[in-house]
Amino acid sequence: MNGAHDLGGKHGFGSVNPKRESEEPVFHCEWERRAFALTLACGFLGRWNIDEARHARESQSPLQYLSNTYYENWLTGLETLLVAKGLLSKEELKTGKRQSAIGDYSAPDVTKVKEILAAGTPSRLKDSRAPIFQLGDEVRVSKCQPLSHTRVPGYTRGCVGTIARLHGFYVFPDENVRGNSQGETLYSVQFKSDELWGITTHVSASVYVDLWEPYLQPV
Amino acid sequence: MPHDGNESTKPPSDPALRVKALESLLVEKGLVDPETLDLLVDTYEHKIGPQNGARVVARAWLDQDFKSSIKIDCSSIIKQVFGFEGRQGEHIIAVENTSKTHNVVVCTLCSCYPWTVLGLPPVWYKSAPYRARIVEDPRSVLAEFGTDIPLDKNILVWDSTSELRYLVIPERPRGTEGWSEEQLITLITRNSMIGVELAKDPAS
Repeated sequence: MNGAHDLGGKHGFGSVNPKRESEEPVFHCEWERRAFALTLACGFLGRWNIDEARHARESQSPLQYLSNTYYENWLTGLETLLVAKGLLSKEELKTGKRQSAIGDYSAPDVTKVKEILAAGTPSRLKDSRAPIFQLGDEVRVSKCQPLSHTRVPGYTRGCVGTIARLHGFYVFPDENVRGNSQGETLYSVQFKSDELWGITTHVSASVYVDLWEPYLQPV
Repeated sequence: MPHDGNESTKPPSDPALRVKALESLLVEKGLVDPETLDLLVDTYEHKIGPQNGARVVARAWLDQDFKSSIKIDCSSIIKQVFGFEGRQGEHIIAVENTSKTHNVVVCTLCSCYPWTVLGLPPVWYKSAPYRARIVEDPRSVLAEFGTDIPLDKNILVWDSTSELRYLVIPERPRGTEGWSEEQLITLITRNSMIGVELAKDPAS
């Protein structure tokens, strides 16, 4: 979806203003710690995947997404998923009071959580089709406008790039968001700056974007 | 999104109350274990951070074969060598800065970042200005970090749109010949491994 999260190339946000590393805490206050931990811990229930979690944050109104702080977006995404997956009712969320027991879900214990953290969630699958494109091929990014979750940044659509690397078969986000963890070939595509942004003064730069085969067309 | 680090230091009370209420409810329903929450906070606040990545880069500076291998598949190598593994580090690729090329990493669509080697991302990395501008105008953004890249040097921006994560191997500073791995580690900052700064100058 062309949501507010798709920020590459947008203007008007001002300067970056990096803080000195030594002055920057990992979390800025207690509620950020808890919002972070709750999001991960609820993810361990296995009721949604990373693309569903991203989509829950992206689906907010653009005004809300942009005015929220980072962990407010996480919190909103978490609340959305808990209700959508039936783990909390809207009423429970509103009142903070437990109404009913839920099915068979129970939190994994700490030992199990350590295993989950160590294992991560690998998203590479066994290659099951030969790639259509080869190293050095020119490709054009499809001018798609999917209404649901996708990982094609808006600034690449319609642009021509070169296949710089074949990564293999990876879970395809546009399907994963619907719970189908099917794979597609993933490529690193190199775009010259002038192809993306027109003739600018920003010379000698390229952007490398990881794009799945269904996003690409032969040139 | 906050435009700088300051806004998130003054959160409105609303999210603080929401989080508190949500935590109580989820604990009551048995959906989260409070011990797990404490473990997660402690892990990402104290245990995992750029000190991991600095060990990887220092080793790469000293060992050509190691460097070549992490440019192809960093995750499995650093699991074997250092035991670094896990979430948001499943598929890391290292990209190397040279005299001709400077690499810098972003996630324009959210905040993808190699947690196992760098920990959680800083506020600026997740913020709208960085995500919006680094792909279009990397030289100006780098200049805001005090990093001037000569015009004859190519800048490669890596937009982390998939589950692959990128770790920058900064150029090894001059004047570090004969340095040990432990000495080299002191020059390798988080920002140099994102690519917005260079490794520290040993003379400074």
